[in-house]
Amino acid sequence: MPNKIPRIPSSEITPEEFYFNRRKFLGGAMGAAAASLLPLPALAANLDYKPGPYGTEEAWSTFADITTYNNFYEFGTGKEDPSNRSADFRPEPWTIKVDGLVSKPTTLDVDDLMALGLEERVYRMRCVEAWSMVIPWIGFPLSKILDRVEPLGSAKYVAFETVVRPEEMPGQRSILFGALKWPYLEGLRLDEARNPLAILAVGLYGRTLLNQNGAPVRLVVPWKYGFKGIKSIVRISLVEEEPPSTWNKMAPHEYGFYANVNPAVDHPRWSQASEIRIGEGGFFGAARRDTLPFNGYAEQVASLYEGMDLRKFY
Amino acid sequence: MPRWWKPASIWLLYAVGFVPAVWYFWLGATGQLPGNAVKIFEHLLGTWALRFLLATLAVTPLRDLFGINLVRYRRALGLLAFWYVLMHFSTYMLLDQQLNFPEIGKDIAKRPFITIGMACLVLLLPLALTSNNWSIRKLGSRWNRLHKLVYAIVLGGALHYTMAVKVVTVEPATYFALAVLLVAYRPLRPSVMRWKKERRAQGAAPVASRRMG
Repeated sequence: MPNKIPRIPSSEITPEEFYFNRRKFLGGAMGAAAASLLPLPALAANLDYKPGPYGTEEAWSTFADITTYNNFYEFGTGKEDPSNRSADFRPEPWTIKVDGLVSKPTTLDVDDLMALGLEERVYRMRCVEAWSMVIPWIGFPLSKILDRVEPLGSAKYVAFETVVRPEEMPGQRSILFGALKWPYLEGLRLDEARNPLAILAVGLYGRTLLNQNGAPVRLVVPWKYGFKGIKSIVRISLVEEEPPSTWNKMAPHEYGFYANVNPAVDHPRWSQASEIRIGEGGFFGAARRDTLPFNGYAEQVASLYEGMDLRKFY
Repeated sequence: MPRWWKPASIWLLYAVGFVPAVWYFWLGATGQLPGNAVKIFEHLLGTWALRFLLATLAVTPLRDLFGINLVRYRRALGLLAFWYVLMHFSTYMLLDQQLNFPEIGKDIAKRPFITIGMACLVLLLPLALTSNNWSIRKLGSRWNRLHKLVYAIVLGGALHYTMAVKVVTVEPATYFALAVLLVAYRPLRPSVMRWKKERRAQGAAPVASRRMG
């Protein structure tokens, strides 16, 4: 497996965006100082990390796009709801329960996660809605947690669960038009979860995750559609049967359990053959590009699905 | 109100009606729409098309039930709806699909919500083409029958929106409910008018008898 380290060090690529966004951070910090008596969202803090493998030479999406164009229905169904309506969310203190078919069930807090050794992974993110970004995540391989809890031989799948806090997450409050069933659930086959591409992210752009991106910890599986990347995780369970996946349960003919990026299998309501790269090309000649099988990570993950009919297991 | 106000107000409605399209086109063209600018613009045009369609259909019940007469603006509202639907489709074709005709054809044929949307655009064409005094005179009662197509169009448009979204939230549900309500009013209308007439007759009677007495 090729361990491609980006030829251009990230420090060479970022400055422009960072300087642009620094103002936003400073603005936020000054706002925080001015309103220090009010409850405030945790401001992103700098992280210690080393460069990681599987990089891309594609341009990073801007910090602004990554943090304002989000799907996180716990905060609302609009793309800007997660950034506009997540200020009440408290990602600290936080614990993740890791249990199920394991020899050593455990509960981890955010410091435990940080201590697992952070690295930067610059991944393409392909949303099932046919748009994409390039995101410099900071995180660690999911396998590090699996190794720690020692899955039993009977464990075949990994189930994930998002926090339920209607008092902090306005999208979880609506009753009549509740968008989804809470908690948001996701799952991976154990071998998928052990693939070195699969990470738990605690940050992006060198800083801790903002609430709208799934603070304090979220899954990133770049060969799958974005909705598999479950956010604000509170529980990881090793199980024997295929666990429920929220979007799959909600509309099974539209969203599969596997949800591998596949240009050959259309969503019933749109083609998956191409995608719009957010922030590129602009209004005229928007950056529509061909979608790649497994989002361009076939070399790393295609072997997981050998012999499977990917039209059936979409 | 001065006499020139009536025709002028119709032209003002056209001018104001195009403001959302022009404003968002400007924002999009100058890179001020965040994220997926083309989709935002496309969806905005669709939403406004639906709003103008609903406004067109609200003219009659507003007059019947509340005595507010906006009939002189109905043609403008209907034509604005048509132009927004056309701009909505053009944005999809030009900016979103970038004239990829095989993909566009596949979308229209294979995806029910796009088939429905396309059907609505096609059905709107004869209505837009006959939205002039000459056609009304020429077609006579057939004009009225032809323009009943708008009921199918508004229901189709609301359905198109409801089917396009990933989850049905308050907004598409509201548009759909309004469309159903406005169309459902039509078969009830004769009863409403009869009831009003009877009430007016009853209300007038005592006055007449008083005058006689």
